[in-house]
Amino acid sequence: MASERRLRIKTLVMVFSMVVCANVGDLMLKRGMSAAGAVQFTGNGLGHALALMMSSATIWIGIIFLLGFMASQMTVMSWADYSYVMPAGAFGYALQTLMAVVILHETVSLRRWIGVLLICVGVVLVGQTKPRTTASPVQVTQENSGTKAEAEKVAASC
Amino acid sequence: MLTVLLLIVLICGSTGGEIAISYGAKSTGEPARLRPFEVLVFIGRVMRNGWFLLGIPLMALSFFALLILFSWHPLSFVIPVSALSYVTGALGAKYILKEEVSGARWAGILLVCVGAVLVTLG
Repeated sequence: MASERRLRIKTLVMVFSMVVCANVGDLMLKRGMSAAGAVQFTGNGLGHALALMMSSATIWIGIIFLLGFMASQMTVMSWADYSYVMPAGAFGYALQTLMAVVILHETVSLRRWIGVLLICVGVVLVGQTKPRTTASPVQVTQENSGTKAEAEKVAASC
Repeated sequence: MLTVLLLIVLICGSTGGEIAISYGAKSTGEPARLRPFEVLVFIGRVMRNGWFLLGIPLMALSFFALLILFSWHPLSFVIPVSALSYVTGALGAKYILKEEVSGARWAGILLVCVGAVLVTLG
């Protein structure tokens, strides 16, 4: 029971880290690219844009956050179900809308609010289910090798 | 016809890529503790896993399909179709990764799918 609670808490922490890193990363990339101006699809234009991107601290911060997102996603998927993590990650859409209202003071349409509500209800529904419903392939291998070792021991004793 | 093909690449690529990465991460084994060094060691191990190496090009393929579709069709067409990946993801989780997708989880996934479309179309 305590281990299941621990599993649920660490899963939620990693999903939260995924959502925050993805949103902050996207925001930083958007800011960095906007500051660099529209990219021209010519040899010189692309080279110039690449040089600007490589020297932009905002873009590097964005890339670091997106790497953080990848690390969080890979880590959480090492123990939690994909069908649990995937919809929970959509909470980022709700967070983006809240950030748009609170930080950027944008007006949000009713359709978007309904979408946010549906995502929140969906995430809560998925959150009620068990984060892990399968044994990891590593556990299965260890269990099988354990059974094999036990079988060999029994055979030897016979 | 080409649009349908690209939509298939988009949805199957992203779902297949994430499922392969998920399987790769699981078969590597979770980090013993959530400490930065142990997580980094774990990521290093995952990045050498064959499933991870299969997942990355699939996701890249899906991303390029998305870019081409954006240049051909309006967002209001591409986004609702791409949100189908939540459903294909759940199907892949159930039949490929053998996860138990309960009624509550299905309901949640469908609500998230519709919600994501509404938010994106704003």
